[in-house]
Amino acid sequence: MIEIDGLTKRYGDKTAVDGLSFVVEPGVVTGFLGPNGAGKSTTMRMIAGLDRPTSGTVRVNGKHYPKAPAPMAELGILLDARSVHPGLSARSNLLALARTAGIGRRRVDEVIELAGLGEVAGTRAGGFSLGMGQRLGVAAALLGRPQTVVLDEPVNGLDPDGVRWIRLLLKSLAAEGRTVLVSSHLMSEMAQTATQLVVLGRGKLITEASVEDFTGHATGTGVLVRTPETVRLGQLLAAPGITVINDGTDLVRVSGTTAEQIGTAAWRAHLPVYELTPTHASLEEAFMQVTQDSIEYHAGATR
Amino acid sequence: MSAVTRPGLAPAPMAPAPAPATAAGPVTQVRVVRAEWTKLRALRSTRWCALTAAVLIVGLGAAIAGSGTAYHVSPGDSAAKGVSVALLGVLFAQLVLGVVGVLAFSGEYGTGMIRATLAVVPSRLPVLWAKLIVLAGLVLPVTLLCAVVDFFMATALESARGGSAISLTDPGVLRTVVGSSLYLTVIVIIGLALGALLRKTAAGLSVFAAVFFVVPIVVGALPHKITGFAPYLPSNAGGALWGNPLTTGHELGPWTGFAVLCGYAVVLTGLAAWRLRRRDA
Repeated sequence: MIEIDGLTKRYGDKTAVDGLSFVVEPGVVTGFLGPNGAGKSTTMRMIAGLDRPTSGTVRVNGKHYPKAPAPMAELGILLDARSVHPGLSARSNLLALARTAGIGRRRVDEVIELAGLGEVAGTRAGGFSLGMGQRLGVAAALLGRPQTVVLDEPVNGLDPDGVRWIRLLLKSLAAEGRTVLVSSHLMSEMAQTATQLVVLGRGKLITEASVEDFTGHATGTGVLVRTPETVRLGQLLAAPGITVINDGTDLVRVSGTTAEQIGTAAWRAHLPVYELTPTHASLEEAFMQVTQDSIEYHAGATR
Repeated sequence: MSAVTRPGLAPAPMAPAPAPATAAGPVTQVRVVRAEWTKLRALRSTRWCALTAAVLIVGLGAAIAGSGTAYHVSPGDSAAKGVSVALLGVLFAQLVLGVVGVLAFSGEYGTGMIRATLAVVPSRLPVLWAKLIVLAGLVLPVTLLCAVVDFFMATALESARGGSAISLTDPGVLRTVVGSSLYLTVIVIIGLALGALLRKTAAGLSVFAAVFFVVPIVVGALPHKITGFAPYLPSNAGGALWGNPLTTGHELGPWTGFAVLCGYAVVLTGLAAWRLRRRDA
């Protein structure tokens, strides 16, 4: 479990993380979302004790991590793929970390196989592709079979096979009762992997919810209706709380009511309907709606 | 437990266990030393630097002993001084070992490995002590071996060319041979502390080179009236122990000088420890 309470981190006048509080529960995969610069990586660094909070506390499995007697049993962390020594082989990199906790070569070979690095274990990590480096970083995070696993953008640079591997890995870690916190920019990937979400914007908590609740509240959830009589449909459905949007084609997007009610109303009015499809906002749409006010770096002049 | 090690398997639908199995034991100083030794041994640069230092000490010693006029012990030219001259390579080896020391920390900051290192040893200080123990444990025996080999080769060459026969039991000779190795061991620790303190390889190496090469030369060229502090410069203070041939004029006593050098190492290591504890990684 990760408990974050009133966490704040300032670098000079810049506040990277601002009064953040949330809890990451064991047994489920928790997605950590936020635009670039929202403070995700800074928060993760504070979880690992690499950065010292300006104020507030972080507890990992109920303990202050820097004082944990067996750190590798508590927390495994992937911060970025370049946290390795390029002059050392993958195996030496892992062995050096393993030694600090008395972990033997057998476990090192195990995580090498697990991460699919068997063939390159003896080559210098400096020559690794981003994906390979990412696999090495994940292997390092798993070395101690930690109770809590924190991964920053683990699927970055991975091939489809690697993406699938991470997805299954995270789910199996959670199923074993471990705490799993994972950040990603790939919303579709997150929607498939995570069941809980923590969303940050400008260093502050925007929301903490299940993926279902998060997307359910977003606009884009509604019913898509295809009819030749779009104007009549609009008049038929007009009521407070119901919005009907027509883009000029024969497609109408209705929100605030259900497919059943639209279908029944159309049937009663003898209004032909060719298609009636309930839609759900994607995680990406929900994310964009929730974070658009807190995006720090906008592309071009879109705002 | 086994599900983690088999990526192809779908997760087993089981209730969350309160305390999942772990493989990691407590962090101890001995374990961190073993971890640092694993890194140092596996790095190619370690082998190259050790080899370069050995070639510099022994090779330069052989070149000096085998050329020029043979060394004759006289009231002005002691046996120990002759040995010091044959150890001239120490002055160049110290640069190589300074690089090894600086890189031991700055290399990890430069590559980002420091984040992995400190994430598994979040109390941090054991990493500094481990690097210090491992470097000193490597440099002391290697340089001692080089100094002894250099001594026997140089004295054999000198006496073969008609110079005085110098023995390890002559006054100050053993101290000079062992002292050169002690000096280089403290040098590598100073390099390590600079690397930890400054974190950037370029900054660490610049300061190291300035203190051990530039400053002694500049001070040596200044009028004697204003260079009363010269014996206390790290290179001159430490040089008193092994008779650095470039030191001229007033010197501290051999062990006093060495104590001053150790003082620099202690202060720098203390600052490095303080910074390592306090600053974000």
